[in-house]
Amino acid sequence: MRGHSRRYWRQTALAYLFILPAALILLVFHILPMFLSLGVSFLDWNLISRPEWVGLRNYTNAFANPEFRHALWMTVYYVGTSVPLTLALALALAVAFQSRLRGTGLYRTAYFIPYVTAANAAAIVWFYIFYPQSGGLLNEALHAIHLPRLQWLEDPRWAMPAVVIYSLWKYVGYDAVIYLAGLQNIPREYYEAAAMDGATGWTAFRYITWPLVSPTTYFLLIISIISSFQVFSPVYIMTPDGGPLKSTTVVVYYLYQQAFNYFDFGYASALAYILFVVLFVLTLVQRRLVGKRVIYE
Amino acid sequence: MNPSGSAAFGLARPGLVVNRRARWTVPLLHLVLLAGAAAMVLPFIWMVLTSFKRPDEVFTVPLSLWPRHWVWSNYPEAWASAPFTRYFLNTVFTTTATTLGQLVTGILAAYAFARMEFWGREVIFTLFLGTMMIPDTVATIPNYLVISKLGWLDTYQALIVPWTVSVFGIFLLRQFFLTIPKELEEAALIDGASRLTFLWRVMLPLARPAVLTVTLFSVVGGWNSFFWPLIVTNSDEMRTVQVGVSAFFQEYGTQPNLAMAASTVAVIPVIILFLFIQRQFVEGIARTGIR
Repeated sequence: MRGHSRRYWRQTALAYLFILPAALILLVFHILPMFLSLGVSFLDWNLISRPEWVGLRNYTNAFANPEFRHALWMTVYYVGTSVPLTLALALALAVAFQSRLRGTGLYRTAYFIPYVTAANAAAIVWFYIFYPQSGGLLNEALHAIHLPRLQWLEDPRWAMPAVVIYSLWKYVGYDAVIYLAGLQNIPREYYEAAAMDGATGWTAFRYITWPLVSPTTYFLLIISIISSFQVFSPVYIMTPDGGPLKSTTVVVYYLYQQAFNYFDFGYASALAYILFVVLFVLTLVQRRLVGKRVIYE
Repeated sequence: MNPSGSAAFGLARPGLVVNRRARWTVPLLHLVLLAGAAAMVLPFIWMVLTSFKRPDEVFTVPLSLWPRHWVWSNYPEAWASAPFTRYFLNTVFTTTATTLGQLVTGILAAYAFARMEFWGREVIFTLFLGTMMIPDTVATIPNYLVISKLGWLDTYQALIVPWTVSVFGIFLLRQFFLTIPKELEEAALIDGASRLTFLWRVMLPLARPAVLTVTLFSVVGGWNSFFWPLIVTNSDEMRTVQVGVSAFFQEYGTQPNLAMAASTVAVIPVIILFLFIQRQFVEGIARTGIR
């Protein structure tokens, strides 16, 4: 530290000046709040009342609360169904895109548009697509192929699957694009060599594509789980009050209600921290379990 | 960044051994892809067509996509039922401000991280990246507390200031700046050009693709943002398009034709932007994996 020249310290001062605006905003609006809310999570506080220290009670209340456990379970249900479904379809799409087909560009555009569309506006459209009686787009489509019409968002059994269908529509194109980038990195020679040995189609996919695209799968798995754990907009828009029998009340929706309907900020902060820890641990666990089995070129 | 990964979209280097495919594979693939693509686009088509329907034509048996009577007045009617002009101006203003903010803070910081040697550089950069580990929705409650402490609830500051930094943008710009030869800079600095002049005159023009990507993501993100503006605004005057449309939907939900007109207006700008520059967009995503 002492060995540096004056020029070095002049440059350091200048560099800090360059970083300052970004650092200041990050500090005040992203880093500081995390500490602040850790403190708040030990309080009983509605922003107006005198804050009262309650220790870990908000946390113990959360885990003792069947509503929170239900919300956690519904989130796991949503993540556990939407993520694998979306990834599987996206990989199939990417493989199809990759084989030289006419019009791939057009297909890609079509599949990608939902991703750039505002989640809440898209959810409004889907709300009507899931119209629970006859006359709804989806119900008439089902009827046309001789399947029963469903109550969708008004049926506790079908409300969450409806949200999953929406998510599939919204994210499959995005995941496919990432997968496609991963597929392009697999050397063509591998397929050619395999073809010489008579391995094409499913065999080539099983022994070349799947293992070699695993870094992409791993990456997508992590970011999909993290982002779908935070699902909010479609649930907020499509199922008012958390769905029939609370069947779509996911963690972030529950947290939103506690904070902005009941102004229970201590409890909501504790919930936010629990969510944060869950996501953090998930990332670590995945890194240990999946990361080891990922095949890097 | 690997060249084959980003260059290959659409141009589709053959990845599978094409000539070994059975004769029915190609038509079958097209059929499946086409059906899927139709399913992707249908909600948009339905949205636009419904926005021109009479209320009693929306849910019918048998279903008809096409409006029997074209009702052009749905748009003016929806527009008059809520201060949409204000919503729009709010969104345009806040999106522009956050994008400009992200560019200014991002370019300055990225340049320092990429090109200046200074004390604590690695630690600070790691700290910056670390903030990306905080999930957005998790950060919302604590951020709301700060905003309310500052007395900023229901103001433009609340909508703008916290989002004037994008760590992802800093990272992307830094990566790009690193690829620009150092000699260029040494020559310029010996000539007496100050760092800011150099950054503005030389680095930025060279880094245009990265700047464009950051701008694009910022604009789309700003236009589509929902959770944050929903929470920090409560008066009609401060609502953004997305929050306004959602509030409109909750109030006029029984009139799907009007709700669809409002949704159309809320999504069309981004879709048009996307259709024009989708290559940059898709490639930016493939390169960076932002979600």
